[in-house]
Amino acid sequence: MPNSRAVALAAAAAGLLLVGITLAFYWVPNAPLEGFRQRIFYIHVPIALTAYACFFWAAWKALRLLWTRDQRYDLESYTAVHMGVIFGILTLVTGSIWARTSWGVWWSWGERQLVLFLVLFLFYSAYFMLRFSVDPGPRRASMSAVYALFGVVLIPVSFLAIRLAEGLIHPVVFDRDVGSNLAGSQLLTFLICFAGMLALAGSLYTNELTGKRIDDRLSELREALS
Amino acid sequence: MTSAEKYVTAAYLVVLAVVLAYIVIYAFKLSRLEREVSELAELAKRRKDAA
Repeated sequence: MPNSRAVALAAAAAGLLLVGITLAFYWVPNAPLEGFRQRIFYIHVPIALTAYACFFWAAWKALRLLWTRDQRYDLESYTAVHMGVIFGILTLVTGSIWARTSWGVWWSWGERQLVLFLVLFLFYSAYFMLRFSVDPGPRRASMSAVYALFGVVLIPVSFLAIRLAEGLIHPVVFDRDVGSNLAGSQLLTFLICFAGMLALAGSLYTNELTGKRIDDRLSELREALS
Repeated sequence: MTSAEKYVTAAYLVVLAVVLAYIVIYAFKLSRLEREVSELAELAKRRKDAA
């Protein structure tokens, strides 16, 4: 990937997030029920959706690897899982902070959305244990790809759990009536923050992938020289 | 500052802290890669001189 794309993504992330966070704090009105604390929504939900996007990207690259047997997709899938886990940690932390201010607790085991996201996060965290327990090569690449593909099944379950659960306490914003749940200013701010978060993930992914590729090539060079 | 304002600010600061921590970790990684490149360049030079 050309380096100019990484620079453009980083600039877009900085600009969009700066604008989005400014709007979230100074422009959007307080939500009727949630009040000021609803502003966590503009960072928590984009981060969660970006984590899902990273895991989808990892699965797509895993599928390409299994389909074409081209080993370069292995590193791309691995990097996407790496990014997804970072955004997953942020989702859990920002969600916990919102839960503390809204429900008075840091965590609720009775809330399926939270527990399913935790399961998804732990599943992808275990990806690293699997990956580093096998010697590098095509076998490790195939095993990692199959694992990344299995994980993607959990994403729609996690996303839909909130809508399928009974006795909800986790708020639902994006349903069929999104227009009445979010005012125009709130939706615009959310979309800017989401675009910024995707750009941030893209920028981190590109830089991380470049670093991992250099690392791999240095290992090959070291072997050739030794 | 109200309790809600403190928590909202904390959530945004946590995200900033994680991104900054990632940049610091990446800076360490880059310095390691730079050191390895220097070592390999040195090794290649020694091989060339010996040949």
